[in-house]
Amino acid sequence: MDAVLFLVFAAIAVVCAINLVLQTHPIASALSLIGVMGSLAFVYLQLGGEFIAAAQLVVYAGAIMVLFVFVIMLLNEGKERKVKMKLWGRWAGAPLLACFLALMAFIVQRVLPPQESVRFGAFTGGDAQSIGTRLFTAYLLPFEVTSVLILIAIVGAIVLARKEID
Amino acid sequence: MPFPYWITGVPFSWYLILSAVLFALGVAGFLFRRNIITVFMSIELMLNAVNLSFVAFSYKLGKNDGHIFSFFVMVVAAAEAAVGLAIILTVFKNRQTLEIDEVSSLKN
Repeated sequence: MDAVLFLVFAAIAVVCAINLVLQTHPIASALSLIGVMGSLAFVYLQLGGEFIAAAQLVVYAGAIMVLFVFVIMLLNEGKERKVKMKLWGRWAGAPLLACFLALMAFIVQRVLPPQESVRFGAFTGGDAQSIGTRLFTAYLLPFEVTSVLILIAIVGAIVLARKEID
Repeated sequence: MPFPYWITGVPFSWYLILSAVLFALGVAGFLFRRNIITVFMSIELMLNAVNLSFVAFSYKLGKNDGHIFSFFVMVVAAAEAAVGLAIILTVFKNRQTLEIDEVSSLKN
């Protein structure tokens, strides 16, 4: 049952990612990326990451993608122009990518024993309480540095979006 | 009757393979797309793939450090998206285009 659910959501994620790469209009790519993020949130849930799954939906699919869609709507650029690609690039790209991925999958299967399976509910360290305890004890300094980073990002975004740069 | 291993649970390597597939698709989008916003979204796809690896290894090791790492990745991605989209807005205001081939004045 777990494997079936995983395969369904992994298929959704991969199909949405392929759609992201193939679509020529940015708004279609953005909606596909939201599909990838939503199905990845389910995969995190299956791995026992309740907090990360919620943060994925709220921060990524909610905040960041709204920002993307907002900018796409604001700039209102249409479809991308067709670019002339070299012949070998057009026909050899996808098969080479598939070969590379197949090789990688083979190596991963060889290195990691396939009998080692992930069960839903076997890992309980991913709830908000354990994450919060760890975040405010062992990772307190990175957490505080993050606040400075976000402050710099806010100031930088305001300055960049306001000024005219030649 | 013993069930095959992939009925009782998901094999751990499947998560890594999914992560690799998403990362490779992100790289492909980064290289082949010509719209600056789509290139930026491919970067977000790569970050998501790495987050999946972090969470999967966190399950395998039985610690939640990977969850905290991917949380930090999300924070950095949010900051990066804010600054990057501001840069894109400025580029569009000055050049009236989003094609990365036409914004290559740093190259020569």
